[in-house]
Amino acid sequence: MNFELGEEQIMLKNSAREFLDKECPKKHVRAMMDDEKGYSPELWKKMAGLGWQGLVFPEQYGGVESSFLDLVVLLEEMGRALMPAPFLSTVVQAGRAILLAGNEEQKKEYLTKIANGDLIMTVALTETNGGTEAADITMKAKPADGAFVLNGKKMFVPDAHAADSLIVVARTRNTARKENGITLFLVDAKTSGIKIEKLKTMSGEKLCAVDFNNVSVPAANILGTVDKGWQVVKQVLEEAIIAECAWMTGGARWVLETTIEYAKSRVQFGRAIGTFQAIQHKLANVAVEVEGCTSLTYYAAWTATENDPNRALAASMAKAWVSDSYKHATFEGVQIHGGIGFTWDHDMHLYFKRAKHGEIVYGDGDYHREKVAQLIKM
Amino acid sequence: MDFSYSEKEEAFRQEIRDWLAVHSRDLPKWWFDPKLKRPDTDSREYHDFGVWWHKKLYDDGFVGLNWPKEYGGRGATLLEQVVFSEEMAKARVPGITNTIGIGWCGPTIMAYGTEEQKKRFLQPMLKADEIWCQGFSEPEAGSDLANCQTKGVQDGDYWVVTGQKVWTSGGQYSDWAILLVRTEPDAPKHRGLTFFLLDMHAQGVTVRPLRQMTGGSEFNETFMDSVRVHKSMMVGERGRGFYVAMGTLEFERSGIGAAIGRENTVEDMIEMAKAMGKNKDPLVRQKMAQLFIEGNVIKYTGLRALSKQLHGMTPGSESGVMSAFGMEWNQRANDFAMQIQGPYARLMRDSSYAIDDGRWQHSFLRSRGNTIETGTSEIKRNVIAQRILGLPRE
Repeated sequence: MNFELGEEQIMLKNSAREFLDKECPKKHVRAMMDDEKGYSPELWKKMAGLGWQGLVFPEQYGGVESSFLDLVVLLEEMGRALMPAPFLSTVVQAGRAILLAGNEEQKKEYLTKIANGDLIMTVALTETNGGTEAADITMKAKPADGAFVLNGKKMFVPDAHAADSLIVVARTRNTARKENGITLFLVDAKTSGIKIEKLKTMSGEKLCAVDFNNVSVPAANILGTVDKGWQVVKQVLEEAIIAECAWMTGGARWVLETTIEYAKSRVQFGRAIGTFQAIQHKLANVAVEVEGCTSLTYYAAWTATENDPNRALAASMAKAWVSDSYKHATFEGVQIHGGIGFTWDHDMHLYFKRAKHGEIVYGDGDYHREKVAQLIKM
Repeated sequence: MDFSYSEKEEAFRQEIRDWLAVHSRDLPKWWFDPKLKRPDTDSREYHDFGVWWHKKLYDDGFVGLNWPKEYGGRGATLLEQVVFSEEMAKARVPGITNTIGIGWCGPTIMAYGTEEQKKRFLQPMLKADEIWCQGFSEPEAGSDLANCQTKGVQDGDYWVVTGQKVWTSGGQYSDWAILLVRTEPDAPKHRGLTFFLLDMHAQGVTVRPLRQMTGGSEFNETFMDSVRVHKSMMVGERGRGFYVAMGTLEFERSGIGAAIGRENTVEDMIEMAKAMGKNKDPLVRQKMAQLFIEGNVIKYTGLRALSKQLHGMTPGSESGVMSAFGMEWNQRANDFAMQIQGPYARLMRDSSYAIDDGRWQHSFLRSRGNTIETGTSEIKRNVIAQRILGLPRE
């Protein structure tokens, strides 16, 4: 039994930290917040050179064939650096969906390009009501002459503005059980009838509204089986939740470490503010929460790696805990930094805003606690 | 990262299961059925029951798992200890007794004691032939342990000890105590203490039970009036007692048994919520799920710390960070158990209509002590901030 990182994972962590310190300083993060694309294509290529985009894909598709756990280690570092790039959307959402459900031809085509850094992708799932349950999927895809015609609106689609291709989750049949009748489509982002509007967000995350107006998709572009798409979405969502938790945990740890350093050096009343119990106890609480983030995220990553039956429970436990903890860490981070923590110049607000985004995406603490209640047969 | 156990560990697990399958049948019916009458946990009857069960475990080699073989222990690996705690907690059987002795006093004697002390004390301690308690806290030395006032004056081969200890758990049934005594009144307070072994039956020792808010008496005041303690009962050097005591408090266990205990508690609470028709209430569901999640936070953080220990790595920030949180979890859980019961929450043991014969009322009241005993949660947060996070003391 071992519940800690292995030697290779520690090496991956250290080299990722070193790379991101150099290539992704806060200056870059801030520049990308206002950038049209929102990421640097040169940096994206360099990452592909390190094998990051292909980390969890098989060698035959240009991947490195590492475990999901290795990916989590890498994502923690990206979250710590606030790396602005369509990584979660391309690799974790779209890439994993294709690996899971794609046919040989699709896997070869898409995964190889993703691994090489030649393709940006995303998944268009959420609609105007913002939910991620099967019942929330109402967008229609109707068969017509060997193709399907898509009509409807997708919301909060990450990185759609930069994507070459989208995986669209649409309803192909109305059934009593909402999990049935959902199909996944691989759609070229340039297809006529698609309108993508980039939204202005708090955290600088690139989220888009995507309108589909009589968008015709060939039947050959169906990913997986018609009407059976939800099983794929469910697993991809669980993995994406765990990935998001890793990203958030990396950020939360930066907040904790940065705030500890500040409390040690900031002097008021002739002593470091870190000597005051009011500050010490706040930070002790944040430390408990951040350690909990690591513990539940690693456990969840382990269930994903092993395809363990507790993956859904582990993912929801982690998301509920990490959502609350990262946000709380940044609340205290701002507070303990005092006035400087409230400024635009200090980096704390970048994490604060990213924590708010992370809390909401895939459902907040209350949502996942209800999931846990269901899964423990309450 | 890997959660699997080796064949050797699984074989040990089977051995424990086989043992439990046979011996748990000997446990009294009230142990498993909360609706039946049971002795008070602080009664002589309950104590004797604990010793009876302990000896069964001892006879088949399940006591002192972590103790070296030369002292009568099993010399089990850390993982075997984890497996043992897991199986005991899952089977919901009583643990060992004399826990202060085996968990704290014994390891202290092994680490700092003389050969003579080891020969004399360890074996009867392990067998629960001699029960041990701890004499550290005093009326003026709670969180500030180094402020101990109990005085020791040398008289030939003896030390004459006078003073008062408080919160002596199980003192009324104890034969021996580990004791912190001020022997160097002029030295700085941390350097003036010496660590002794005290015969609780010696002349001049008086034990007086303290009645706690549960109505029971687990704790005692222990008075020492010119008690003569032979110099051979000194542990470690003169004046080094505080540091020996600090060492004692660091002997911690894996916590896996407690983790399964928390899972059992949540399971029982879910059953209770269903029985009370509260399981559909969204607020109840939120709180229950949160307790379940927090329980897992403590469990997996403990396993991370354990992994580092197993692989000979230096413990990191994951180690010790959950100490206060775990105690507070127990308080939150028990408070919530009261809330689920609604108006019935006020009914105590022996009352008609009391739920589970007042088990939750007792644990609710008892849990308030959790954030005080073994260090208040405030002190524990100071320790996290200063020792783990490296914040300055002053």
